[in-house]
Amino acid sequence: MARILAVDDSASMRQMVSFTLKGAGHDVVEAVDGVDALAKAQGQKIDLVISDVNMPNMDGITLIAELRKIASFKFIPMLMLTTESAGDKKQQGKAAGATGWIVKPFNPEQLLATIGKVL
Amino acid sequence: MALTEQNVPAGDNNSQMDHSIVGAELDENTQQFLTFILAGEEYGVDILRVQEIKGWDAVTQVPNTPEYVRGVINLRGTIVPIIDLRIRFSIEQLEYGPTTVVIVLKVISGADNSRIMGIVVDGVSDVYNVKNEEINAAPDFGDGVDSSFVKGLATVDEKMVIILDIDHMLNSNELASVNKAVDDEE
Amino acid sequence: MTFDMSQFLATFYEESFEGLDIMETELLALDVGEADLETINTIFRAAHSIKGGSGTFGLNDVASFTHVMETLLDEMRDGKREVTQNAVNILLESVDVLREMLSALQAEDDLDSERIAIVKKKLDDLLASVSNESTAVAATEASVAEPATETAVPQVSGWTIYFKPHEDMLQTGNDPVRMLRELATLGELSSAVDTSSLPEFLLMEPENSYFEWTVTLTGDIKKSDIEEVFEWVEDGCELTITPIASDVTSENSELDIELIKTTFEMLAPQGEKLVARFYEELFKRFPDVQSLFANTTPEKQQTKLLAALELVVSNLEKQDVLVRTLTEMGMRHKNYGVKIEQYEAVSSTLLDVMQEFAGDAWTDKVAATWKAALALVTNTMIAGQQAEPAAEVENSDASVPAVATEKSTAKKAPAKRKASTEASSIRVSIDKVDELINMVGELVITQSMLSQLGEEENFGEEQIEKLKSGLIQLERNTREMQENVMRIRMLPISFVFQRFPRLVHDLSGKLDKKIELILSGESTELDKTVMEKIGDPLVHLIRNSLDHGIETPDVRVAAGKPETGEIHLNAYHEGGNIVIEITDDGAGLNLEKILAKAKGSGLVGESDKLSDEDIADLIFQPGFSTADVVSDVSGRGVGMDVVRRNIRALGGTVDVKTTTGQGSVFTIRLPLTLAILDGQSVVVGEEVYIVPLVAIIESVQVDTSLVNGITGQAEVYRLRNEYIPIVKLHDVFNIKPLHTEMKDGLLVVVEAEGKKVALLVDDLLGQQQVVIKSLETNFKSVEGISGATILGDGTVALILDVTGLISISKKNASNVKKLTVAA
Repeated sequence: MARILAVDDSASMRQMVSFTLKGAGHDVVEAVDGVDALAKAQGQKIDLVISDVNMPNMDGITLIAELRKIASFKFIPMLMLTTESAGDKKQQGKAAGATGWIVKPFNPEQLLATIGKVL
Repeated sequence: MALTEQNVPAGDNNSQMDHSIVGAELDENTQQFLTFILAGEEYGVDILRVQEIKGWDAVTQVPNTPEYVRGVINLRGTIVPIIDLRIRFSIEQLEYGPTTVVIVLKVISGADNSRIMGIVVDGVSDVYNVKNEEINAAPDFGDGVDSSFVKGLATVDEKMVIILDIDHMLNSNELASVNKAVDDEE
Repeated sequence: MTFDMSQFLATFYEESFEGLDIMETELLALDVGEADLETINTIFRAAHSIKGGSGTFGLNDVASFTHVMETLLDEMRDGKREVTQNAVNILLESVDVLREMLSALQAEDDLDSERIAIVKKKLDDLLASVSNESTAVAATEASVAEPATETAVPQVSGWTIYFKPHEDMLQTGNDPVRMLRELATLGELSSAVDTSSLPEFLLMEPENSYFEWTVTLTGDIKKSDIEEVFEWVEDGCELTITPIASDVTSENSELDIELIKTTFEMLAPQGEKLVARFYEELFKRFPDVQSLFANTTPEKQQTKLLAALELVVSNLEKQDVLVRTLTEMGMRHKNYGVKIEQYEAVSSTLLDVMQEFAGDAWTDKVAATWKAALALVTNTMIAGQQAEPAAEVENSDASVPAVATEKSTAKKAPAKRKASTEASSIRVSIDKVDELINMVGELVITQSMLSQLGEEENFGEEQIEKLKSGLIQLERNTREMQENVMRIRMLPISFVFQRFPRLVHDLSGKLDKKIELILSGESTELDKTVMEKIGDPLVHLIRNSLDHGIETPDVRVAAGKPETGEIHLNAYHEGGNIVIEITDDGAGLNLEKILAKAKGSGLVGESDKLSDEDIADLIFQPGFSTADVVSDVSGRGVGMDVVRRNIRALGGTVDVKTTTGQGSVFTIRLPLTLAILDGQSVVVGEEVYIVPLVAIIESVQVDTSLVNGITGQAEVYRLRNEYIPIVKLHDVFNIKPLHTEMKDGLLVVVEAEGKKVALLVDDLLGQQQVVIKSLETNFKSVEGISGATILGDGTVALILDVTGLISISKKNASNVKKLTVAA
């Protein structure tokens, strides 16, 4: 189905997201932070990016901004994983080019419903 | 009923068990026993506890252990102690040779614990189905014999078979580091 | 599809414990005066991850507890809160509590709700205390919902939605069509698109969005549901959502739709000219209207008008839709500043212009119908203007902090404690794995070479040579693989070391002592299982140094030492072992006191002569503690013997060297791996035993002139300038030896825990690596024997435990002594 780039520094979150998305028939590329994600994004056809915000080395918002500079990533949906209270993060994310967000904590059903909207 | 094998990897040709005997339809009131001969007497052990039967091999002695512990052997990579029942039962000893048989048993010691041990016997006899009601309580033999070893007496084909309680028999403090009391099965 | 989150819990626990370790280390490293931002960030991220994960995986107690920590740390990193020692201490304590909580949850045990509550209160109080800014509590998760300015519109039958994405909206990956699709799931949808803003093809930017939609959505739908659809793009578009006005002018039904349509169709070919003319007239008659169109070009506006007219006409049957659309328009016009009076102007001008173009076709009936129609349109738009604007409701942070209601009672009735919570997974560097894969490759090559050899028909000299070299290669491959695999289980000892700075920090505070902990050799690797089990003994030894070793500052100064005591924790590889040294520059062991106590309790005979080392070693005897006051730090002398026992259980040794007044050194030696041993085979009687190579100092042939007897019971051997007790293995093991004369035997001098003995054996065989098999699995532990192994010929050989042998021989000696005395 779709190839999804999932970025989060927490292994358990990556596992959960990966498991859920793969279970829905998607292909998942995992990355542990923004730097890793950029490296893995090179030369790949990605259909959707899901990224945590707080990560070491390069945070999610910077990652989205950087990805948008790449031609093949200009229009694909990019979702941030944020906590409810981080209102300013949402704005920053949008300014960086994020499509939208998924609020943490979320369960697999919510994840699938949300990505279903953008894929 | 498959023989569950725990502490020892799966057996091979050494095993003389005919697995087709096991697996006969049994109801809850009947048990199957493997019987063996020791000094002319026939003894029985719960077949579900029998891991395998093998021939007599060289044993490595372990120092400062009771006499009836002949030593340990290598059973496909695991160290298994071998108990000499003749010594245990204070019967005269025999010279062990090619016809000597070792029955490898699974002994339960404690809630989660099981061990593998081997007993040296003269020869294996047969497999019998015995109904629980056919097992009579063992009479008190007096001080000579530790009757906790004996679960009961059964009569099969006009012969008396002494049903052994291997957990009690092989779980004494001398054989185990663990000081757990084995639960009474009654 | 129900999801089972528990499969991710193991990873979550593992990474959370790691995160807590990081938090602790960094909190300790924080300079209270000048807190480093990156450090705070690291701590924040760790807390944030734990909070996020615990929430996702349903551990709500953890989530709400961590949440407060996260808030505090967030304030600190924003500079809104000062990093005080008090705050750091509370956070450190919280880390402890979190660790306990996670451990308990992992083992499915009860949570200590009292302790959690106490520390949580500390956190809450800290949070409530005024931070740097004079703003009140920065409780950003205050459950204050932004007051919804939504008007109390009673149940509407539907909504009219006007949606115009900003030109660049597509560049955030948002797709208007997607949103429309989503709206369609909410109710019955009909939409009209206005493409009038689309520039000419050559001027058009394909990446931009030019369209605008007016959508009618019928059904019992909450406004908030609609807003949710546009949640992500609210800043990136124009959006108005109006309830459908319930009154529909009844005049609609009298409208002659047919006539209007016909007229319109007739005029349509001249549509552009008509609208151009219309505006010409409009501006002529009503000059001030022009300002309304300042933001647009005449062409654009004309196109728009034409589109609007088309829209109206084509939707005349769908009057509901029409009404809503017009209402919408009206509202927008209001936003543009259109005045109600101006509608009249537009109407009349339009009618006149249409008449101009229609010519004779403009009958009275047509005029009247159109007038009525326009009036209707106007009225509806005016009604739209007058409808209260639906204010945007901001996405309120209306979240109530997850109040932990999770029962902290046991989840299983009789709390069956889960087996050890030790992590059963391991992180391996991918280099190690790659190396292993290479090795397997080489092994396969060797194997196929050997198997080829086995197929050869004639087995002569040549083949035997090949076989030999093949076997050598096989040995090499196997050895390399074995080393590699063992390395996989090895981790740097820093994992264990890292908890000590905290320990020393806390304890030295409690004891009012100044102590510095120096770590070295943290990268020294050791087996994971060994590492997990060495932690507790190390803790005990360090506590011991802290408590009994290092003196209080004044005592130190009086003794001419620096005020701050030093504990040095060092690790390195030596031979096949890892050596861990704990050195302190404290007072050292009080040897006199120890000797006196030992004599007092009968451990040592009155007249026994002991070396300093022997005396020091006494502290490892059970029940030994010369502490005057049993401090709660080290406990009451139950420690050292347990420490030694635990280390022995790992196949290691521990001993102590001390200098009164200057300090002590505890040395722990551990094998690098638990499973394999380098051994020396020895023959005693008919049996073969393995002596751990690491314990062997040397082997000598017996020179009977160097054998001396002591009080008739024991024998010692003079080796250079020491006297070493002889242990006759055949005696200890009750075996018949091959040689009855000592001179025909050999002595293997071994050492364990600082003591040397010479083992008398019949012969020496080779040295080899053996795989340690447990004797206890199916049998029991035997003193003097540490395990068993399987030799190349399949037989079992027992592995000797030197320390155990020494005890046995001592016991035997004293037994003999007793017997002799009794006799």
